[in-house]
Amino acid sequence: MYRILKKDVLVPSINLFEIEAPKVAGKAEPGQFVILRVQEKGERIPLTIADFDRARGTITCVFQEVGKTTMELGTLNEGDYILDFVGPLGTPSHIELFGRVVCVGGGVGVAPVHPIARALKEAGNEVLGIIGARNKDLLFWEDKLRAACTELRLTTDDGSYMRKGFVTDLLKEAILEDGKIDLCLAIGPLPMMRAVCELTREYGIKTIVSLNTLMVDGTGMCGCCRVTVGGETRFACVDGPEFDGHQVDFAEMSRRSVIYKPQELLAREKYQQNNACRCTCKGGSCK
Amino acid sequence: MTEKKKAINPQKNPMSVQDPALRVKNFNEVALGYNEAAVIAEAGRCLQCKNMPCRQGCPVDIDISAFIKLAGEGDFAGAAKKIKEKNALPGVCGRVCPQENQCEKYCTLGKKHEPVAIGRIERFCADWEMANGTGSQEVAPPTGKKVAVVGSGPAGLTCAADLAKLGHRVTIFEALHIPGGVLMYGIPEFRLPKAIVQAEIDNLKKLGVEIQVNSVVGRFATIDELMQEEGFDAVFIGTGAGLPHFMRIPGENACGVYSANEFLTRTNLMKAYLFPDFDTPIRVGRKVAVLGGGNVAMDAARTALRLGAEESWIVYRRSKVEMPARQEEVSHAEEEGVRFKFLTSPTRILYNDDYWVTAMECLQYELGEPDESGRRRPVPIKGSEFILDVDTVVVAIGQGPNPLVPRTTKGLACTKRGNIVAETETGATSKPGVFAGGDVVTGAATVILAMGAGRTAANSIHNYLTGK
Ligand SMILES: Cc1cc2nc3c(=O)[nH]c(=O)nc-3n(C[C@H](O)[C@H](O)[C@H](O)COP(=O)(O)OP(=O)(O)OC[C@H]3O[C@@H](n4cnc5c(N)ncnc54)[C@H](O)[C@@H]3O)c2cc1C
Ligand code: SF4
Ligand code: FES
Repeated sequence: MYRILKKDVLVPSINLFEIEAPKVAGKAEPGQFVILRVQEKGERIPLTIADFDRARGTITCVFQEVGKTTMELGTLNEGDYILDFVGPLGTPSHIELFGRVVCVGGGVGVAPVHPIARALKEAGNEVLGIIGARNKDLLFWEDKLRAACTELRLTTDDGSYMRKGFVTDLLKEAILEDGKIDLCLAIGPLPMMRAVCELTREYGIKTIVSLNTLMVDGTGMCGCCRVTVGGETRFACVDGPEFDGHQVDFAEMSRRSVIYKPQELLAREKYQQNNACRCTCKGGSCK
Repeated sequence: MTEKKKAINPQKNPMSVQDPALRVKNFNEVALGYNEAAVIAEAGRCLQCKNMPCRQGCPVDIDISAFIKLAGEGDFAGAAKKIKEKNALPGVCGRVCPQENQCEKYCTLGKKHEPVAIGRIERFCADWEMANGTGSQEVAPPTGKKVAVVGSGPAGLTCAADLAKLGHRVTIFEALHIPGGVLMYGIPEFRLPKAIVQAEIDNLKKLGVEIQVNSVVGRFATIDELMQEEGFDAVFIGTGAGLPHFMRIPGENACGVYSANEFLTRTNLMKAYLFPDFDTPIRVGRKVAVLGGGNVAMDAARTALRLGAEESWIVYRRSKVEMPARQEEVSHAEEEGVRFKFLTSPTRILYNDDYWVTAMECLQYELGEPDESGRRRPVPIKGSEFILDVDTVVVAIGQGPNPLVPRTTKGLACTKRGNIVAETETGATSKPGVFAGGDVVTGAATVILAMGAGRTAANSIHNYLTGK
């Protein structure tokens, strides 16, 4: 059992948990993920590591309540326990001195960008962070990202905060004004990562993406997480989650990501019916 | 006894099974086992051969005629004890061993009649002991030595139990959230009830073995770190062969194509058959094709029917006689309505605009000259392509060793295929203090061989730790 030491509702439906897991924290590196299970009948879901503290033995995860499992997870509070928590899984980000690096984070993807940007900066890179959200209320960790990057630029889809537009708009500007970018890293919703890759491909900028495929075991045992990269089948949980974005077959990945859509909807509906409002909104505002 | 010997029943005493029409609708155990009268009658068929040919067929050298004699006398506790001298998991092996290729293959009675049902007698004795709880276990005084066991399949479980009884402090590290390896995540409930495996695991805990689940060795710690930083004096690696092989044909990543591991793990470990009461979903279409001819393939095909598929096909490259699956599983599958396409192999998987499987193109084969395995090699028949109408494909063509431990352990010799090299007689690897056994060494094999390797390694580890 793994204790939740801290809970922070970053923005409505996006929560931060700091979880006591010394074995995971001892080895965690930027770019890796964990798999957790909330309760005895629960499924195993992967979450990217948003931060870790070796000394305190904690892992920070940031997750958005989208399906049954993440909603259920969101009902847990400080002092509660998560049943299963395994990691660190996946191959860590490749950190070295590249030169000028752009780190793009969209939506809840801002969280996993954070430790990678920090490590890249610590390795001597000049790190430009570009983060975006649908609107002001959904943007979080501006301060953390500002500290982790050399420079931070922000955007909201609706213009309710900072620039109006998409992260790709800011990325394009950065490319045009600065010319040389040695590496781009993008984490966020699939369409965003895909759009970033299309843009950087035009300019020949190597781009790393972190793929959040469906997973079961997370150790290379089932193949549920397979993706096509450069024409080859790879397992995201062990060969990734980071891949060369220009080689990823995004069309395949997005179709595979909705395999269980009907079941997921059913599970969520049933859960919401049974828990009419015991969620974190404490009284029905979630509807 | 003497009168019985005069008229030998040419056939095994039948074992009651769940009716096929009913059982395809549930996940309960299919084979129900003998009762006392049947087991005594079956034991009575044994000739008590002096040369014990059956024993030579047993991979772990169980004194078969001796335990059958005890069972025939109604001394089931004694029989179970006799079996356990060599086999730590008789309740499991009695259910899943391919007896027709092992002990029963060499049984004298089998020359003229059906062999003695050694497996069924073994199963009865094990179950009897489990129910009546006579298995007292002696644990030697603590030696002060610490051993890490990596993986909790039959190899790891056996090694851990033996070492604990010898007084060593054993910690098992298991990657998944439930220990048991293939016995829990792979072999279905209807063939091996999980309660039986759980009883073995509870037993280990009683022996003082600590089980740390959610612990992927190679990630949270390497083998070297376990030995140097965590103070383990020796390590046993029993990480199995969990890496699924795919066909490498077009369309294999389409939605609706599963590895058998994924299909079975979702069902067995995650209980997807109880969705939405359990959270993990699985999708089985109307027509399922399972590629392969081993136990894994049979399990997947029979699982598909239980999940509601209308048609479940085994598509196998060779012919029926070459199928490596246990005979009993093949006949159970047939009774349940699994259908077979022999001498057939897929060439590509077809899918619709949404990337869902719609059909599979197959090629017909014929048997040619024997290959290195002694089985006749299947050769494709030119122009024999045909379309099999399916919407789910399960690939069950084999598994390789999980590369994580080999990749993260310096100085551990492995084969080209990634199997760990370990001496058969001792389980010793190229790395001092590190032993290995089971599927990770042999490649995907059997429960009894993994169990035997765990036991062999436990003996060597004991000698290593006590300086013998
Ligand atoms: C579906 C199926 C049906 C089968 N049917 C039969 C049958 O009828 N009869 C028969 O005799 N055999 C059968 N087999 C084969 C048999 O199950 C295996 O040969 C046997 O389980 C191998 O045992 P093992 O201990 O070597 O490994 P496994 O049972 O594979 O156990 C290995 C364990 O190690 C864990 N692990 C892996 N990597 C790590 C790591 N890095 N850190 C920590 N833990 C790790 C795994 O999660 C797993 O729990 C079947 C196999 C399958 C898949
Ligand atoms: S070979 Fe058959 S008949 Fe002979 S001792 Fe063994 S089980 Fe009995
Ligand atoms: S999640 Fe099972 S192999 Fe990657």
